[in-house]
Amino acid sequence: MTQLRPDQKIIAAHVADGARVLDIGCGSGVLMQELAEARSADVLGMEINPAKVAAAMARGLSVAQGDALKDLVHYPDQSFDYVILSQTLQAVKRPDLVLDELVRIGRQAFVSFPNFAHWRVRLSLLVGGRMPVTRLIPEQWYDTPNIHHVTVDDFRALIRDKGLQQDGQWFLSGDTQTGRGAANLMAEHAVFLLRR
Amino acid sequence: MGTMQNADRHSQSVKLDSPLSLDCGKQLEGVEIAYASHGALNADKSNAILICHALTGDQYVASDHPVTGKPGWWTRMVGPGKPIDTDRYHVICANVLGSCMGSTGPASICPVTGKPYAMDFPVITIADMVRAQAMLLDHLGIDRLHAVVGGSMGGMQVLSWVAQYPARVSAAAVIASTSRHSAQNIAFHEVGRQAIMADPNWQGGEYYDDGGAAPSAGLAVARMAAHITYLSEAGLTEKFGRRLQDRDAKTFGFDADFQIESYLRHQGINFVERFDANSYLYITRAMDYFDLSEAHGGLLAQAFAGTSTRFCLISFNTDWLYPTAESRTILQALHAAGADASFVELESPFGHDAFLLENAEMEAIMRGFLNGGRVV
Repeated sequence: MTQLRPDQKIIAAHVADGARVLDIGCGSGVLMQELAEARSADVLGMEINPAKVAAAMARGLSVAQGDALKDLVHYPDQSFDYVILSQTLQAVKRPDLVLDELVRIGRQAFVSFPNFAHWRVRLSLLVGGRMPVTRLIPEQWYDTPNIHHVTVDDFRALIRDKGLQQDGQWFLSGDTQTGRGAANLMAEHAVFLLRR
Repeated sequence: MGTMQNADRHSQSVKLDSPLSLDCGKQLEGVEIAYASHGALNADKSNAILICHALTGDQYVASDHPVTGKPGWWTRMVGPGKPIDTDRYHVICANVLGSCMGSTGPASICPVTGKPYAMDFPVITIADMVRAQAMLLDHLGIDRLHAVVGGSMGGMQVLSWVAQYPARVSAAAVIASTSRHSAQNIAFHEVGRQAIMADPNWQGGEYYDDGGAAPSAGLAVARMAAHITYLSEAGLTEKFGRRLQDRDAKTFGFDADFQIESYLRHQGINFVERFDANSYLYITRAMDYFDLSEAHGGLLAQAFAGTSTRFCLISFNTDWLYPTAESRTILQALHAAGADASFVELESPFGHDAFLLENAEMEAIMRGFLNGGRVV
């Protein structure tokens, strides 16, 4: 059984017991299984890769093959307690439109992403002059699924523009939490809990 | 086995106590439903799974067919230790109303006239088939099904089950199916029906008497046309291409020069041995009339309003009879209704027929889905 990623651990720790949850970009359902077992959550998943959908379904999880940008529109308003978009925002074609859907469908939305303004990423571009390849951003520029690299400050600006409420924010350096002070520079990874 | 009822009955028949009310407004008296069952029913009758068969299928889902001698049509899926595990579940498969393997259909004797119904048999619907199945379950004392599972027309019955008897279905698996018959679907069926009715032996459906010949040529053509829709173009090319059948050159005649011609003729000839032409007319009509949203104000989601059933939808990428878009339409309605629904499009070169063939992913998904029900 694959381990939870650090951002998934933070999300799992902050989901209320018995909640109704939609995990978008759920992969083969590692976080879904954790939420179902540890939080008695009623969890549905959405995943674009059919092989991962099949693997999750074979484990008895409820996962629908779909594309966040096209298929979230079919869910009713506020039909989930939480909607989770973990490490997927930077890979969708229009992150801003997906964010609108998240806070429409969910009473609250967890969004996590790798921070492109982390000092190691900045240094890599500054010194090496090449697109950064790091632990959290391991692909080359030509084969990366991350088509919209985003920084903590970029994301803060977007949620401010959209007038969204922040119910929580967590930052990770390595696998441990770090302060929010210099997050844009020091955090490798960010998790936000939002509401409309 | 104590209180467990035993077990594998390859075919038996029940005569329904009360008349069956049909969508056309008529009542059908003395309906018989033939069914097979596999695996033991547990003491509280909570482990029953109903399998719904396709157009030309029957109750022989996991046991040898009495006419052809071939193994059941879904032995990869149903049996001890299989994804639909008869060591765990009591599996029931009933021959649909209107068919010809023991359930009442146009070839059955009408209790009023003492003669076969033929075209006096009322036009039936998918919902009527499901009503008859529900009456069978009433007779068996099974109130709630652990799951209803079906591919193709079987999937239409599964959807109807949930819409008609929402409290009786815990889980519903709909494979390679649709919520309504499209113009193209109806068109292919009409070709088949016209082939049967153009056969001089059909005689307005009255071919059962005095040892007369059945409209086998027409039924075979209907089967050949339909069979093409069950396969993919790529699959046909791979299996047959333009290869010739047992000859080195074209004959400049109308023999089955090509392997594909020989194959289709073979499919047609085999089919007429086991199927009644009038049943083919009636069941294809039932499929053409199927549009689940129609009875719900045109809103498919309304058919599933308030459902607590878990759903599993599977489509195949080369199925052009009921393409993936049809499953997506069902999925969107289920999401709009707030239902717990899974969906995946699996890859297969085999077109619509893929649901009947070996597919490790489908088998793993079915096992996970049936065993994954949360304990309430």
